[in-house]
Amino acid sequence: MGFFLEVLIGGLMTGMLYSLVALGFVLIFKASGVFNFAQGAMVLFAALAMARFSEWIPGWLGIANPVVANILAFIIAAFIMFLVAWLIERLVLRHLVNQEGATLLMATLGIAYFIDGLGQTVFGSDIYKIDVGMPKEPVMVLQDVFAGGLLINKEDFIAALVAALLVAALALFFQKTSTGRALRAVADDHQAAQSIGIPLNRIWVIVWTVAGIVALVAGIIWGSKMGVQFSLVTVALRALPVVILGGLTSVPGAIIGGLIIGVGEKMSEVYLGPLVGGGIEIWFAYMLALVFLLFRPQGLFGEKIIDRV
Amino acid sequence: MIYRENGQFKTSYAADQQIFPILQDRWAILGILVFAFVAVPLLADEYLFRAILIPFLILSLAALGVNLLVGYCGQITLGAGAFMAVGAYAAYNFFVRVDDMPLLAALLLGGATSAAVGVVFGVPSLRVRGLYLAVATLAAQFFWDWAFLRIKWFTNDSSSGSVSVSNLSAFGWDLESPTDVYLFCLLILVVFALLAKNMTRGAIGRQWMAIRDMDVAAEVIGIRPMYAKLSAFAVSSFFLGVAGGLWGFVHLGAWEPAAFSLDRSFQLLFMVIIGGLGSIMGSFFGAAFIVILPIFLNQMLPWLGDLVGVSISTAGVSHAEIMIFGALIVFFLIVEPHGIARLWSTAKEKLRLWPFPH
Amino acid sequence: MARQIGEVILDLQNVSLSFGGVNALIDISFDVREHEVRAIIGPNGAGKSSMLNVINGVYRPQAGEIILRGEHFRQMNPYKAASAGIARTFQNIALFKGMSVLDNIMTGRSLKMKANIFQQAFRTGVAKREELEHRAKVEEIIDFLEIQHIRKTPVGRLPYGLQKRVDLARALAMEPQILLLDEPMAGMNIEEKQDMSRFILDVNDQMGTTIVLIEHDMGVVMDISDRVVVLDYGKKIGDGSPDEVRGNPEVISAYLGASH
Repeated sequence: MGFFLEVLIGGLMTGMLYSLVALGFVLIFKASGVFNFAQGAMVLFAALAMARFSEWIPGWLGIANPVVANILAFIIAAFIMFLVAWLIERLVLRHLVNQEGATLLMATLGIAYFIDGLGQTVFGSDIYKIDVGMPKEPVMVLQDVFAGGLLINKEDFIAALVAALLVAALALFFQKTSTGRALRAVADDHQAAQSIGIPLNRIWVIVWTVAGIVALVAGIIWGSKMGVQFSLVTVALRALPVVILGGLTSVPGAIIGGLIIGVGEKMSEVYLGPLVGGGIEIWFAYMLALVFLLFRPQGLFGEKIIDRV
Repeated sequence: MIYRENGQFKTSYAADQQIFPILQDRWAILGILVFAFVAVPLLADEYLFRAILIPFLILSLAALGVNLLVGYCGQITLGAGAFMAVGAYAAYNFFVRVDDMPLLAALLLGGATSAAVGVVFGVPSLRVRGLYLAVATLAAQFFWDWAFLRIKWFTNDSSSGSVSVSNLSAFGWDLESPTDVYLFCLLILVVFALLAKNMTRGAIGRQWMAIRDMDVAAEVIGIRPMYAKLSAFAVSSFFLGVAGGLWGFVHLGAWEPAAFSLDRSFQLLFMVIIGGLGSIMGSFFGAAFIVILPIFLNQMLPWLGDLVGVSISTAGVSHAEIMIFGALIVFFLIVEPHGIARLWSTAKEKLRLWPFPH
Repeated sequence: MARQIGEVILDLQNVSLSFGGVNALIDISFDVREHEVRAIIGPNGAGKSSMLNVINGVYRPQAGEIILRGEHFRQMNPYKAASAGIARTFQNIALFKGMSVLDNIMTGRSLKMKANIFQQAFRTGVAKREELEHRAKVEEIIDFLEIQHIRKTPVGRLPYGLQKRVDLARALAMEPQILLLDEPMAGMNIEEKQDMSRFILDVNDQMGTTIVLIEHDMGVVMDISDRVVVLDYGKKIGDGSPDEVRGNPEVISAYLGASH
């Protein structure tokens, strides 16, 4: 029982991180109808920026305090993500308005390649560290309830907490602020939103920037767990089934989908993996999403698609 | 000879429905075939065969397969590499497990296996489309990546999925020198390209394109979406499977699952976007472009770097390469969504009117 | 060949359709007789297109029955409807925009082409012969609708009026027994409307095709249809000959109320 709970909690915590990356997808899809395949590249790019600036800043400015260096690096990285968003809008999205979803998807694949290459050209392609002071050691909890207690990874726990906070903040942002309302209006109907004076281009820049900052946070968390390296890109590939499961247009869907995939992955790896040679978690998540698609093509919380002729 | 169709009147529908209705095109294609079959083997050296020509031929075949599915039937796939893998490993199994299995038969059986697998992974296309389908095809990619790495039976109990074949021959023709391999691949490609052309200009091709352009209307005029989509998946996977078999058997000789990774899938998708979605010719253009560009950049960038006094490392070149790929994809999608093939046909259009454009 | 209006060929009984609580069609019954021109009219949002979509199975009604030549269906599906000889055109032209006019019309022959995929891939005698036979048939339709000059043009490049004609040609290529036309003259000028009316009557007259037609232009409807059914807010409010419908007070008020 204790072991099962450990696996479950581990799954939920990883799931929360998937939710965070999935949220990036959902935000962009809602506001611009683009399925942003470059989300993974953005995570890597943001993490690289963060890692390298926090490394360079002490030398440049003579600041020894790592907290100040990290904060400065975060601000710079966030600004860089804004620049990326702005450039993507100017150079790509603007020219592809009203194109089909598949075309936009392929365009974001191109963007992903470009950002991957650019990030490694500018920031280098070794493995870098991000140290924001996340505790590494695991702790035992609930020793009274279970024999031996539950072993919880503190780092994962904090990461999950940060992710949850960010998700909640974004949900509030969407619901309560006027920019959030404009975003939702754009999501519902581009042309109608434009006709009542909502500037489409600016909204897109905002959304991509927000998605960029979500990517930055995700990059910092993943980066401090496993180092900043090219394989961060695959984190986004792992978050894709989450979006499919939860529905492309639903914020709660991204969260619950993330948790389901997180738990499903861990469970399958622990209980099913040994039977078939291990390493199954990535395709297991996809298969889960795929089977789900067959029964509910719009995802858990997505809007039903009605064909009009 | 001036490029004109004036005076070439068609007196029957049969004449009008030829692959190349214009006389000059027929001569041109004949010229290209003669050049490819006769002149190239005489002129090319081993490097040209191994680094450019053979990869170009095999990847053209794979790009054709992707184009049939994505360009003609409108079903986006990010799992093309997986079907190459299925074809390669299935052909391998037929080849090593069945005594006296001829090479060509093993390759075709590999293709057939890949087609069957393609149909299974095409089933989601009946329920979902576009973005969702793209993700569904990724499932195929990750599943087969894993399966060939971990399931020992598929790889005849070799470790980490690496297998090799040797002493290849077809119909008593030993495929040893690069020239032989080149001719073998060329022969297969020509036959498959003809089959692809026949399908796309026939009833099945029209059904695929109808599904691509407007699936509801297609069903209303009596096209079964299930048949059209699954047949596109099957044919596409067959092409990919054979290409995968060739890639493993005659190009690499020894390979592991990484030869058919997600990057391969993206590469194939890029070929058809840059070459031209929905164009047989475009598949060749795209494959040529993507095979040659890295080689070109590898020579070009360090030279350019030297010119301005910067030395560009190998890693730098490879990063520049993926940036250029990415930028080109976006460029083509924005400026010329029909790819090089459309540029080509526009040029022909101009030539037809030259020298009096008005 | 003088046309002779025959028996009831298509009969809809108590059809109701709703989308997530919104009623598009409420308990609608009407029949269509063989060889007649049957019009469906009504203000915008009355449910006319939904009616056609129910007949050829794009939408599945929640209640009611569709009786086609004596055979009962709870609901149709588009492929079944097409096999049963029902063709249609679309309000917002639904041509295959990446294909030429000729190829678009050839797709209408899909049900009748039997060569399998291998015969097509190798272009065997069977496949080649079939392609030529159907091309000849399609050329007849091209001649009939007077669109010879654009046969090789990609449909995307055609003006609206011609696209509508290609849409009709594609439907005719199916050699349907029942042809559903969804606002075939919307957005056309007088001349184009006259051409289209002539084509519709010729189809009805020469091929004996039964026609079910949605149209906004009252003049055209009254001129060419044999019987008219009137919908308003998903309900049937009138049914009969053009003259009967014209005199129906409910119909008049629906139209005046909707300021047409």
